[in-house]
Amino acid sequence: MSAAEATMDTVAHDAMEGGRPRRQLLRSELRLMARRRRNLVGLATLCLIPVLIAIVLAVVRPTQGESFFSVLLGNGLFVVLATLAIEMTMMLPLAVSILSGDSIAGEANIGTLRYLLTTPVGRTRLLVVKFASLVIGAIVGVLAVSLVAAVLGLALFGAGDFVTVSGVPIGFGDAAVRIGLVAVYVALCLVPVCAIGLFASTMTEQPIGAAIATAMFGIISQILGNISALDWLHPFLLTNYWPAWTDLLRVPMAFDSLGKGLISMACYTAIFGTAAWARFTTRDITS
Amino acid sequence: MSAGTLAPARESDSRAVRAVGLGKRYGGDHLAVDGLDLEVPHGAVYGFLGPNGSGKTTTIRMLLGLIEPSFGHCELLGEPIPGAAERVLPRVGALVEGPAFHPYMSGRDNLRRLDDADPTTAPETAATRIDLALDRVGLLAAARKRFRAYSLGMKQRLAIAAALLRPRDLLILDEPTNGLDPQGTREVRSIIADLARDGVTIMLSTHLLSEVEQICSHVGIMHRGKLKIQRPLDTLTDDAARRVAVTTPGPEAAAAVLSELGMDDVTRAEGRAGALLGDTDADKVVVALVNAGVPVHGFAVDQPGLEDVFVSLTGEGFDVSG
Repeated sequence: MSAAEATMDTVAHDAMEGGRPRRQLLRSELRLMARRRRNLVGLATLCLIPVLIAIVLAVVRPTQGESFFSVLLGNGLFVVLATLAIEMTMMLPLAVSILSGDSIAGEANIGTLRYLLTTPVGRTRLLVVKFASLVIGAIVGVLAVSLVAAVLGLALFGAGDFVTVSGVPIGFGDAAVRIGLVAVYVALCLVPVCAIGLFASTMTEQPIGAAIATAMFGIISQILGNISALDWLHPFLLTNYWPAWTDLLRVPMAFDSLGKGLISMACYTAIFGTAAWARFTTRDITS
Repeated sequence: MSAGTLAPARESDSRAVRAVGLGKRYGGDHLAVDGLDLEVPHGAVYGFLGPNGSGKTTTIRMLLGLIEPSFGHCELLGEPIPGAAERVLPRVGALVEGPAFHPYMSGRDNLRRLDDADPTTAPETAATRIDLALDRVGLLAAARKRFRAYSLGMKQRLAIAAALLRPRDLLILDEPTNGLDPQGTREVRSIIADLARDGVTIMLSTHLLSEVEQICSHVGIMHRGKLKIQRPLDTLTDDAARRVAVTTPGPEAAAAVLSELGMDDVTRAEGRAGALLGDTDADKVVVALVNAGVPVHGFAVDQPGLEDVFVSLTGEGFDVSG
């Protein structure tokens, strides 16, 4: 007992001397995310899509002729674009919705939130760290999917000239840079989803509820975006500028929609981030 | 020891826990806690008692800054809560409404996560402190098991370990022995006693009156959101009503004598008679009985115990207060 106490005292002394770098909590948060089997399975599922796309395209590849496809298929990086286009309609936003819906509500649901807050983690700090880890999670998702698509695409279709949307072929290096930019833009599109999910997550103790609410927000936004009678509303929709990444594939690149897209993302992130903060810092934690 | 060096200069009126007119109103008119004046002196082991639903947990949540009081205010270690929560809470270990950890992480990883979250501890000492805390609650052997595989008692121990991750000046423990086996209960009591000896103030919410009688120096009893009584344990029963109990073959005659002496609430039963002692001198009762020719086989003055006081303040009913 006395030996243990003596150690405890020196340890206590150390504890008081050295403050702890604040990164520690973010690292812990990322570890928590990375260790959840559900998240790993989800990531694997996301990465399965480019595999399917690549295989299907390889099988149906036109053997000869001048078809549009055969021109596109000269460069395997096309698979990255096809994958991101398909996954942004549903899978990536859904994955981010689940992840972010879980962020606060998941901790509230199992009760760990009260222990984190009495440790104490300041509420604002916890929210910032959760948001940062969600954004990192979204980036990892987009990056993993893009890498799988790129590697597989290049292996199956080679690295020939890349045909842009404008019809002008560009070299491999240029194409790789542009597709990198596409991935960055797509990842940025998911940042407001993180903010919306974080807000939803502060409203409930049911992570599934928060995830569904967030996913519904994106889905409704896409539905409204397809109703042309509502075109006055379209610029304000969450998903309106998501497909603008095609402008990165023009010669020269067009930045008009992309710029508006970035502004839209910043607005959504600011609004829902603030709402999450206002809610979470004043909420009674009864879970 | 450690607690002494960490504590701030103590003003004479400083309290480890203080609540002034503290209250919480839910949904417009339901008062979960109603104007609580709570004082836990430094170094006390304060037994916080009350039936289920009497507002203990709501009070503890307000003290820890988890919920906002509707009125009144509170402070821990002399600092206002929730205002100074981030400054003062590192010195406060808490167990609130049972253990809660990530089910798929091991006990050690769960403690690691809480330690990572504490901005005032040094990461280099984390591994040592975690193992010490696990050792102290007897969980070292199960440190690598996933939390979901723990028994209820092991979960409870892990929650106590979390409260002991670093030296604290104040521990607020909500039913710390809940779900523990008798050995575990004894160990936790001895841990609490050790900590109290080191000068750590402990606020302990519990249903177990025997636990309170064994380890507490102070007692507060809550009922329907109000604090009914709060004082040092040894003076708790001072002005509670003492009773005399006479063992006799002639209970009727004995009861008559007790009535004659002006005592209230006289009872008679087979071979026994009793009454409230009141202001009567206990010595005179025996003399009067003997003078009246009542055979006295036994005579006792019963000091009511904690349980009697508890029941007299909170009622006999089994129903929870709504």
